[in-house]
Amino acid sequence: MIAQLAFVAVLGFFGYLLSRRILRIKKNIQLGKPQTIKDNPSERWKTMLLVAFGQKKMFKRILPAFFHFLIYIGFILINIEVLEIILDGLLGTHRLFAPFLGSFYTVLISFFEILAVLVIVACVVFLLRRNVAKVDRFHKIEMKGWPTLDGNLILVIETVLMIAILSMNAADQVLQDRGADHYTQTGEFLISGMMKPLFANIAYGGLVALERAAWWFHIVGIFAFAVYVTYSKHLHIFLAFPNTFYSRLEAKGKMNNMQEITNEVKIMLGMSTGEDAGAPPEGMKFGAKDINDLSWKNLMEAYSCTECGRCTSECPANLTGKKLSPRKIMMDTRDRLEDVGLDLQKGGKGLEDGKSLLDDYISREEINACTNCNACVEACPVNISPLEIILQLRRYVAMEESAAPQSWNMMFQNVETNFAPWKFAPSDRFKWADELKEK
Amino acid sequence: MSENIQIPTMAELAAKGEKPEVLFWVGCAGSYDDRYKSVTRAFVKILNKVGITFAVLGEEETCTGDPARRAGNEFLFQMQAMANIQVLDGYEIKKIVTACPHCFNTLKNEYPDLGGNYDVVHHSQFLQELINTGKVTLKGGGEFKGRKITYHDSCFLGRANNVYEAPRKVLEALDAVLVEMKRCKTKGLCCGAGGAQMFKDAENGKKEINIERTEEALETGANTIAVACPFCMTMMSDGVKNKEKEGAVKVQDLAELIAEAEGLNG
Ligand code: SF4
Ligand code: SF4
Repeated sequence: MIAQLAFVAVLGFFGYLLSRRILRIKKNIQLGKPQTIKDNPSERWKTMLLVAFGQKKMFKRILPAFFHFLIYIGFILINIEVLEIILDGLLGTHRLFAPFLGSFYTVLISFFEILAVLVIVACVVFLLRRNVAKVDRFHKIEMKGWPTLDGNLILVIETVLMIAILSMNAADQVLQDRGADHYTQTGEFLISGMMKPLFANIAYGGLVALERAAWWFHIVGIFAFAVYVTYSKHLHIFLAFPNTFYSRLEAKGKMNNMQEITNEVKIMLGMSTGEDAGAPPEGMKFGAKDINDLSWKNLMEAYSCTECGRCTSECPANLTGKKLSPRKIMMDTRDRLEDVGLDLQKGGKGLEDGKSLLDDYISREEINACTNCNACVEACPVNISPLEIILQLRRYVAMEESAAPQSWNMMFQNVETNFAPWKFAPSDRFKWADELKEK
Repeated sequence: MSENIQIPTMAELAAKGEKPEVLFWVGCAGSYDDRYKSVTRAFVKILNKVGITFAVLGEEETCTGDPARRAGNEFLFQMQAMANIQVLDGYEIKKIVTACPHCFNTLKNEYPDLGGNYDVVHHSQFLQELINTGKVTLKGGGEFKGRKITYHDSCFLGRANNVYEAPRKVLEALDAVLVEMKRCKTKGLCCGAGGAQMFKDAENGKKEINIERTEEALETGANTIAVACPFCMTMMSDGVKNKEKEGAVKVQDLAELIAEAEGLNG
């Protein structure tokens, strides 16, 4: 009974933390501008199934994709066991499902145990890859400090959680063998069955304590993990799904049209603006200076970023030593969101804190280095577009501040006066043909 | 044969009450850039040879607005786009071919939002079509036999619009040996000029992007780097010059290669 009450308290505590966090993230994302994405639902479901569920883009790099897939499958399936654990915790039962499933239960748990071992293997491989093999993209400047720690922590936590499951099952089976009541007979599990000798010499009391400790450790670990995830790049395990569902389906080369400008241009050219164009809303800015000028989709992308750096490792600017890193664009956007959100939660000024995404997080040098090559968009395993944010920032600089780089301003001038980006006379435009005609 | 090369403008055809099958959108680089003008001329020769009725806008053509848009000046872009759409719609243009992937992308994907709807193809797709329909028949063998060519994907053609095959099919038709670079197709490395970089100096870094890409192209051992974009042409040519390889390695556009194979370069 006491255990049940304790369990309810723990569940409530973490449930509270988690829901508070989810609400905060939701509010942060809603700081963005509205954008309606409703077209083509069937195409969207398909993209989500292929890219998020099927991890299609991960498989461009086969080895990491394989190990990542193990962790991913392990994560999804082992959660079924968590359901049983939660029910046991609430009802004071032990292995609630075992009597119903009979020998299938043994098979099921054995299967989960195999997954647990594979997850451990994958985590160890990934830890080695991050820390020993020195894959370049994990050691870029934006990965210093927390992001690197975060990447390692999660792998360690997962390993420890898996070891806890296996130990719990092994101790449980030793107790079953000894006929301890409350310990339902389940038959021998594949992996933990082999671990029984490790626990064979422990006395009854010690064994029960061990089994319970592992059980508590595992479930509290999972709850804590769930809360931790919301502060980490691992949020992608949930957000990858909506994020891919709302993927851009148009040609990658297409930039979003700014309707507010279309209306103005039409008025200038004396064309009809159609239905209810009206004057642009008061205080409207062109482009983006801060997170609230971006769309909610851009902001959700920032929370979905896995910090894998596949974008950055293919970015021509980054490859040649420029400051720009598309991953950093996403991480900065998220950092700004988190900073503003945290401040709002404390009753602070939030967006009015005197800082902005442009300049305080992302520098002009970074956005100016982008070649719009779409390599980052192509590479991203969860269909994020760092390019969209870069272009929105550029629009702000060029239109609100008229502060584009000097040579771009000259190019603008040429386009305006000569109708070409270079300083050539419009009357010379057709000169290329002379040579052919004269011959 | 050069005497009867025809380059009608839309205005001339309209005056005669005629309509061409296709409008050739030359683009600013195709009109003014000395190197790319030769691509424009090669493509016009091919159009003449196959007897497709086409026209150009001549002095009525203006910048699509692409560089202004990518540099952040949406306002200027839309002014350009609207003006161009008025001209194009005035001539009731249906189909456009262009040798510039940036013009291609803008006309095809971005003008519809502003009311300009056309069937737009890139010249690599157009050439592939000519080959497929037998309008251009390359005898094979000849001077291209065994020549090693590598193709540099333009970002605005490749990733931006998923055109990877057409340029390669055109090269294959030449009977040349197509060798791929380490990074190609979806993973192709940019030449460094997109996103309005063409119109300013690169930001500080360790290396120029076009040098990185040229090194990769040279590694293939090809003696021709085929391109399909005016900016790639400039960047790759500069790269080859920088490596002092201009004697051994040529940077050429697809249309130039086809014109050469057809003996149109007289
Ligand atoms: S689009 Fe810009 S940020 Fe993305 S890879 Fe290309 S240069 Fe880098
Ligand atoms: S934007 Fe995509 S590719 Fe880049 S780090 Fe984030 S998840 Fe990885």
